[in-house]
Formats: sequence, C-alpha cells, structure tokens
Amino acid sequence: MTQSVIVRFDKVNKWYGQHQVLHDVSLEVKKGEVVVVCGPSGSGKSTLIRTINALEPIGNGSLTLDGIAVHAKGTDLNKLRQSVGFVFQQFNLFPHMSVLDNVTFAPIRIQKRSRAEAETLARDLLARVGLAEKAGSFPGFLSGGQQQRVAIARALALQPPVILFDEPTSALDPEMVGEVLQVMKALARDGMTMICVTHEMGFAREVGDRVIFMDQGRVVVDTTPDLFFDAPDHPRVKRFLSDVRGEH
Amino acid sequence: MNFLLPPDQWAMLFGGLRTTILLFAIAWIGAFALALILVIVRATDYRVCRWSVDAFVAYHRNVPLLVQVMFWYFAMPELLPEGIRFWLYDHNAEFCLAAIALALGSAAYQAEDIRSGLRAIPGTQFEAARALGCTYMETMRFIVVPQALRISLPPLVGRALLLFKNTSIAMAIGVAELTYRTREIENLTFNTFTIFGIATVLYLLGTFSLMAFGSWLERRATPGRKERHHA
Repeated sequence: MTQSVIVRFDKVNKWYGQHQVLHDVSLEVKKGEVVVVCGPSGSGKSTLIRTINALEPIGNGSLTLDGIAVHAKGTDLNKLRQSVGFVFQQFNLFPHMSVLDNVTFAPIRIQKRSRAEAETLARDLLARVGLAEKAGSFPGFLSGGQQQRVAIARALALQPPVILFDEPTSALDPEMVGEVLQVMKALARDGMTMICVTHEMGFAREVGDRVIFMDQGRVVVDTTPDLFFDAPDHPRVKRFLSDVRGEH
Repeated sequence: MNFLLPPDQWAMLFGGLRTTILLFAIAWIGAFALALILVIVRATDYRVCRWSVDAFVAYHRNVPLLVQVMFWYFAMPELLPEGIRFWLYDHNAEFCLAAIALALGSAAYQAEDIRSGLRAIPGTQFEAARALGCTYMETMRFIVVPQALRISLPPLVGRALLLFKNTSIAMAIGVAELTYRTREIENLTFNTFTIFGIATVLYLLGTFSLMAFGSWLERRATPGRKERHHA
C-alpha cells in the first residue's frame, strides 16, 4: 500500500531580491513520515518550511498541501493554515494569555468550537506535553523548555494532519533541549506527520524516517537517517556532520 | 448651617462639577473611540490615509486647545447645515461643541500613545497568530491590540488626567463647568481664597480617582499578577 502524499514541492524557486534562496526544490512528504531538514546556516531550511504554510511566498514552481496549491491565487490561506501546525524557534506564545488560553485560542476563536470542548482538548494536550499543572500560568513565568512545549500543544490544538518545526530547540538552554525532544519523539511515535528543521542529530536518527540536507537553497541529499549518518557520500554532508559533532 | 459656603453656592459648585465630569466622560469616550479608528486608518497601506491622520494629529498637537475650542464654538457652526445648527443652539451648543473639540484634541494624543504601543509588539506575535489561521482583523483584535493597549496604559492614564483638567477650558465659551462656577461665585462674594481652595480640592479628588483607577487597571492587566506573589 502506498502512503498518501501530504506535502509536495515541485521545482520550487524563491528569491530575496537577486539572491536565490530556494533552488529547484522538489520533494514529497508522505502521511505519517518524520522528515528532518538540516544543513548549514543560510542554506534555506527555514525558508523551505515557512513556504509550506505560506509564511513566506514562493517565486515559482508549485507547492501543494493535502492536494491544495498553497501559493495559488484564491487559496484561503487562513483555512489552509488551520491544517498545518507551526512551532517557532522563539516559541512566540501570546504573553497576555494564560497557558490554557494560548492552547484554546485557535479552537475557540478560529474554529468556533465550544469553550468546554476546547478546554477538554487543551488539558489533554497539556498533559501530553507534561504541563497539565501549568494551565493557569502565564508564559512569562515558564522556562524556555516549558514555553516550547506549550507552543507544541498550541500547534496541536487545531488537530492538524501535519506539523512543522522551525529549529524548535535552538533557542533553548542545553538542559531544556531534552524535554522538548522527548515531546517531539512521542509525537513521532504516535504517527504524526512532522517536518523538522533541526540540528538535533540524535532525534533524526532515533525517530526520523528521512533526512533532507540542504545547501545554498538546494536539496542536496534526501535519504534515510542510517545512510545519512553512517555512509555520507557527499563531501558537504561529511563536513557538516563533523561540524555538528564538534570534530575539528 | 454653612460649611465654608452657603448651601446655594455649594449647589452651584456641584452643578459645575457634574458638568465637568459629564464633559470629561463624553469627551474621553469619543476620544478613545476616535483614537482607535485613527490608529487603524494610519496602519493601512494607503498614503492618503496616513497623511490625513498625520495632518489631524499635527493640527491638534500644534494649535492651542483654547483656539481649537473657540474655533469649534464660533466658526464651525457656520459651516454646519441649518438644521443641525438650530438643533445645537437648542441643545446646549456650548457643551456639545466643547465636548467635540476636547475629544478631537485628546484623540490625536491617544492615537499616538496607542500607535507606539502597537510598534512595541514584535512581528513574531503577528506571525504566530497568522500561522494559527487568524485573519488580519482577528490577529489585531485578539493578539496585537490587547497587548498594545497594556503597553499604552500608563500614557493613556496621563492623557485622561490632562483631559479632565482641560475641561476647564470650556469655560471660555460659556460652559457652566466647575471653573466657570468657581469664577462666578468668586465674582459674587470676593471670597477668593476659600472658593478657589475648594475648586482645587474638587479637581484633585477627580484626578486622584482617575489615577487610582489607572493603577488598578494596570495591576489587573499584568499577565500572571497572581503568580508573582508565589514566585
């Protein structure tokens, strides 16, 4: 049985002025897959996933999410964005709302679900990220790791079929990286479709189905974690791996 | 029994105070509503909109309030259709026109305060809301404006105090508010020290109440104010 494709890039190009940030990107992500996107700084990884929910426009080519052309004229982006979760590097929680309100915000205000229903769902999600007891707290009183776990719960609250992570652990103190990765790994094991820009190679190896390596706006390597880590055949990948492993 | 003033003069003063409070309340509500509209219009991409708002703000910040009030009272009715003009003259024109002039002047300042609050909200908040499927208006309404208002609260409280005190300028066009009544009693009795002393105390009571209300709002608007005690 072939799994259905949920995200498809077809020859996507993007420029910032003269500078080309995405170069003929073509790739597919299937339902249930965990795809790790890595590469050196400035290689276009963040831009790549930000085009999936149209936080960034594309130049040309086509990009579909669940069969819908994301960047086509007339696509209802607000509706489309409800079907794709996004987790930011800097969490971007809403500081004027409690943790619970951060998570119930979109279901109540955007999806017009009842408060009772949204709160039941939110408390369930907060329990899943290990923060049930923080429901009444405000983001400013949480550690970075806790904030990022709330941000994951917020992204899940719309029950999207796919969730995007943009360097979710890069802004965290080292001792908090683990708690966020644990939540992400649990999600992956539950069968969530995930596209993660991250340098956490342990995560990629443990739960990743595929690793995509980008360099200068191109997808250079698209392979399995085992092949990527154990038998890198691309010189740029070898250099990158030795850099992230701290071998100098 | 007279305490400082005979009862009829107290009645005059409190009548004046009532007018002052009413003038302030109406002008403030109008000013705040208009300020929000000015901010939204200013935030659009159209150059004409931005320029009009900037011109509005510049006029009200650079022309003396007394001139603005007199302009509204003496000049503006000439431009109004006859029906509205006669309606005004039948319905306390001084009060209505003073309220309009005060509201417009305060709106210009409040709009600037709210706008600087808006600029303090990082673009990433906007992005986070958009990523959840919020429209532009939903993003503004639920995410950006509530945070901006919290930041703007201290300067807005200052504007409210200023507006409360500036209601006294309405006496220049004959609105029988507190300062007007004070002058009237003073002319009648030459009891200068007592009557201006009482007026001062009444104004202070008004401004202190506003300040207390402002700091209550600020405490209420601080996210997680209850947690701070445990932290």
